[in-house]
Amino acid sequence: MSEDLNTDRHLTIARSMAEAIEQQMESDPNVFVMGEDIAALGGVYGNTRGLFEKFGPERIRNTPISETAFIGAAVGAAQDGMRPIVELMFVDFIGVCFDAIYNNGAKNNYFSGGQINVPMVLMTAVGGGYSDAGQHSQCLYSTFAHMPGMKVVSPSNAYDAKGLMNAAIRDDNPVIYMFHKGLQGMGWLGTEPGATVATPEDSYTIEIGKAKVVREGTDVTIVGLAMGVHDALKAADKLATTGVSAEVVDLRSLVPLDRETVIESVAKTGRLIVVDEDYNSYGVSGEIIATVTEHDISKLKASPRRVTYPDIPIPFSRHFEQFCMPNADKIVDAYQSMVKGAAVSV
Amino acid sequence: METSRRFEEIIAKIYFEGKTPAFNMTNGPIPGEMHLSNGQEPVAVGVCAHLAKGDVVSATHRSHHQAIAKGVDLNRMAAEIFGKETGLSGGRGGHMHLFDANVNFGCSGIIAQGMGPACGAALSRKLRNQAGVAVSFIGEGAANQGAFHESLNLAALWKLPVVFVIEDNGWGVSVSKESSTSVERNSVRAAGYGMPGHFVEDNDPIAIYEAAGEAIARAREGKGPSLIEIETYRLAGHFMGDAEGYRPEGEKDALFAKDPIPQMSKLLLDEGHADEAAIAELQATAQRRVDEAIAFARESEYAPEEEALTSVFA
Repeated sequence: MSEDLNTDRHLTIARSMAEAIEQQMESDPNVFVMGEDIAALGGVYGNTRGLFEKFGPERIRNTPISETAFIGAAVGAAQDGMRPIVELMFVDFIGVCFDAIYNNGAKNNYFSGGQINVPMVLMTAVGGGYSDAGQHSQCLYSTFAHMPGMKVVSPSNAYDAKGLMNAAIRDDNPVIYMFHKGLQGMGWLGTEPGATVATPEDSYTIEIGKAKVVREGTDVTIVGLAMGVHDALKAADKLATTGVSAEVVDLRSLVPLDRETVIESVAKTGRLIVVDEDYNSYGVSGEIIATVTEHDISKLKASPRRVTYPDIPIPFSRHFEQFCMPNADKIVDAYQSMVKGAAVSV
Repeated sequence: METSRRFEEIIAKIYFEGKTPAFNMTNGPIPGEMHLSNGQEPVAVGVCAHLAKGDVVSATHRSHHQAIAKGVDLNRMAAEIFGKETGLSGGRGGHMHLFDANVNFGCSGIIAQGMGPACGAALSRKLRNQAGVAVSFIGEGAANQGAFHESLNLAALWKLPVVFVIEDNGWGVSVSKESSTSVERNSVRAAGYGMPGHFVEDNDPIAIYEAAGEAIARAREGKGPSLIEIETYRLAGHFMGDAEGYRPEGEKDALFAKDPIPQMSKLLLDEGHADEAAIAELQATAQRRVDEAIAFARESEYAPEEEALTSVFA
């Protein structure tokens, strides 16, 4: 999944995020970080580990539990010429501070006709599957992607994580950097080993708005984001044992959305499955399907399928949650029902 | 306090089942996060002793002591923590989302967001001329969140029968109160919103009982809201599995020396309110209740998985 790198240096996403931030802070004094528990603790997800010791409390600032104020402050500091990185500890907490982001941060460049930029990064933890219940397990990808004026990225591996973080910090727009908790490399909630990959030491960027074909195939296109990419790759392995060749597209960015890569892939395979851990309706999965069908429905040999979270609050009990989560088996089932021509139950 | 502490102790033990040698919260019979209230029992009992079934409590992610003090069904609460079908919500909510409509208890994991609903419950009783007060339990970290300030203003403005109780245990995960709060005591913020503010120090159950009694009586008499700030102690980590490297050395040892439960036993004995036998009986009863609840939870079944999809709408 990563580039063919001449390095043995395997980093977790947590480490690669911290490294990108560190390198940016070394070269640009305007970069600073604010958030809860991000200083001495190094962040609840390890993405700022080591930074406090190196840069001190002025540039690595613990905040009170005051998201409206400190995320609003990030917008203001960005407008005044700094490059703040601010953390929203769980994306689920967006309710207490959304205005600062979507009504100010995302719109002020437009309202000012480009006079005022908001070069900030909001990094936030998403995802469930480890029994953290309904207010600590959401993805909310589409909530951010839907509102105009902010870029949205979500890496599936450490190589992309570092490149996207660098790109996000250098971008003159607000960038919502959504990192999936299950990919971070944190032992305390379990981690997907596939996310820990070879990552160069130097500072490089990955273009925001470019998806990547992470596995080539001919029979079906599986589009995913973050943890969904790993589910898709596992499904592709399973499908391969039955002679089915699946192509996997890692979106990497939601805004801008690389519709071309998805369209090209489906033109080749004729079949589309979207994996999205966010709620089923009104989201990323619908957007990808609409992109393909609007463009040229004749390319499809079958109705598209989506493997998503049902439209319910995320339940606590482990068996309930696992029943609802997307996974490789469900993707395989979706393919099989697709080729049988079964209708989707609504 | 005994029931609550014994419950927390056994939950802590069971929580770590399946999570060693390497801590991974996905594993074991109680997965997910766990926030225990050891040390904070005086707050729950001191306040809830004044409350009836019909009074409303909104609590936080660290609420077992308050749930128990409010009279939540302990068997169903334990079963909910285990995610079983017999749990308060059949396993949908878990430890951070415990609801018992029979005793008007609810809790939530988003800091300070229980305060608005507490105001609403109070408003509802006032509008319909019905008895009852609302109590909103929060931590000291919540006093820096927008909802705190809005709720205090609204409650005072509308003279709502609500009491806001800050459990100040000095820590918001790894961030100390001193490094996050612009004032030394949150109780002074009450004046900014036109309501009485009271500070209770050193986790004293009797002093808490007295302050709460005054505030709750005020509310019942239609005189409006109050803010009570209680200095208490978190004897456990923020969540189970928290290594607490951020706590100064010796802090916890000093706090264990002040454990409110042995202190209370000693007080009762010294002042002649109870003898050794009575205390032993009380402890035995508490242990029995807890053991029964845990056995109930362990033995209960999980609901069929498709039931995850029900109860979204009424």
